[in-house]
Amino acid sequence: MNAIVTIEALRKAYGDNEVLKGIDLQVQRGEVIAIIGKSGSGKSTLLRCVNGLETFQHGGVTVDGQALRAGDSKALRELRQHVGMIFQSFNLFPHLSVGRNVMLAPTLVKRRDQASAATAARTLLERVGLADKFDAAPDQLSGGQQQRVAIARALAMEPAVLLCDEITSALDPELVGEVLRVVESLADDGMTLLMVTHEMNFARKVADRVVFMHAGRIHEMGPPEQLFGDPRTPELRQFLAALH
Amino acid sequence: MVEFTLWDILRNLLLATRWTVLLSLAAFAGGALVGAALLVARIARLPGASRGVALYVQLFQGTPLLMQLFLAYFGLALLGLDVPAWAAACLALTLYSSAFLTEIWRGCVEAIPRGQWEAADSLALDLRQTLLHVIAPQALRIAIPPTVGFAVQVIKGTALASVLGFIELTKAGTMISNATFRPFTVYACVALLYFALCFPVSAWARRLERTTSR
Repeated sequence: MNAIVTIEALRKAYGDNEVLKGIDLQVQRGEVIAIIGKSGSGKSTLLRCVNGLETFQHGGVTVDGQALRAGDSKALRELRQHVGMIFQSFNLFPHLSVGRNVMLAPTLVKRRDQASAATAARTLLERVGLADKFDAAPDQLSGGQQQRVAIARALAMEPAVLLCDEITSALDPELVGEVLRVVESLADDGMTLLMVTHEMNFARKVADRVVFMHAGRIHEMGPPEQLFGDPRTPELRQFLAALH
Repeated sequence: MVEFTLWDILRNLLLATRWTVLLSLAAFAGGALVGAALLVARIARLPGASRGVALYVQLFQGTPLLMQLFLAYFGLALLGLDVPAWAAACLALTLYSSAFLTEIWRGCVEAIPRGQWEAADSLALDLRQTLLHVIAPQALRIAIPPTVGFAVQVIKGTALASVLGFIELTKAGTMISNATFRPFTVYACVALLYFALCFPVSAWARRLERTTSR
């Protein structure tokens, strides 16, 4: 097996409220996984457990052969170099130019020199269609452009896995497409993607596997044709029906 | 009997103002250093730091500065340390400033959205890198107006150091008024000199507030 992300018997609770009730999931290298489900089903929490933004009480997460250990911040940073994350609210650093946003982590964490980091940043910005925005400030950009900068920033660390947490949910409808096209091109290039999404058409088109989460569990999982075409459980049928 | 001209009074007060300025600078710089250290201890979640610093802040915010000055002066003497008045005043004002500054700055750091921390974490930055390159530059912008505003409080606070016998502006005023028997004139001059120190600082704070909150 060539699993790059392995999640085993993962349980997480906030106090008495158990939000993840035993998750098992293996993600293969180059696989694109779409995680769908109602809000509160635990899908974002699951994603945030993979790079240690959330701690969990039971079970384990392994990324690229590295186990996530709570409380060991050095090991956690090592693991995070293999996992990129893109957020719903972009979270660009507003005091830095677009180029500096992309260069920051490679120069600090990977000790790249300024010149080569700048060259790499320009290449990445070109890849997301923002070659001319290197010196722009984040707040001069549209939401779609900001999210594409965030993608370039995550890619600058050359992650093995990219986590996307509802990355188009904060965007105006007309800006969703430009971001999804970038994500699709990453998928075509063989990037391993775990994305929580409400864009069912996109999930159907790009995902290799769709995970439907319900009440803290993986309720149904399979290729998109199967999940969307032939949902087995009433919960998934209800969820899909509510979207139309 | 010796006659004192207004110039005599003012000249001597101006000489004493140097000590007020020096004491203010020392207290503010020392307070900034200690306050920043306490803030970092809190952010880094050092064991006991959160409670300890909260208690420290409550202690210094909940007691009069005058008592803190007395305690620093007489307390250290009780421990067998013979500290001069200026050193006791510096110590007390430094601790006092640090308690207020650390609390002001904590608010500024907490005003930075969580997403900034999470983005820095996700990019594998360590705490030092996150603070230095992501949080501090943003928090500093918000922190400047209230920090400069607090500097005015420190300048006025140094007046209390006069009770320890440290000859700064207020103490000099008392001594001169005792010699000249013209307390109103003398204290009016003292007040004007404080105003001349504080007004530019608070005007600067107001201007910063306007420019940083554009």
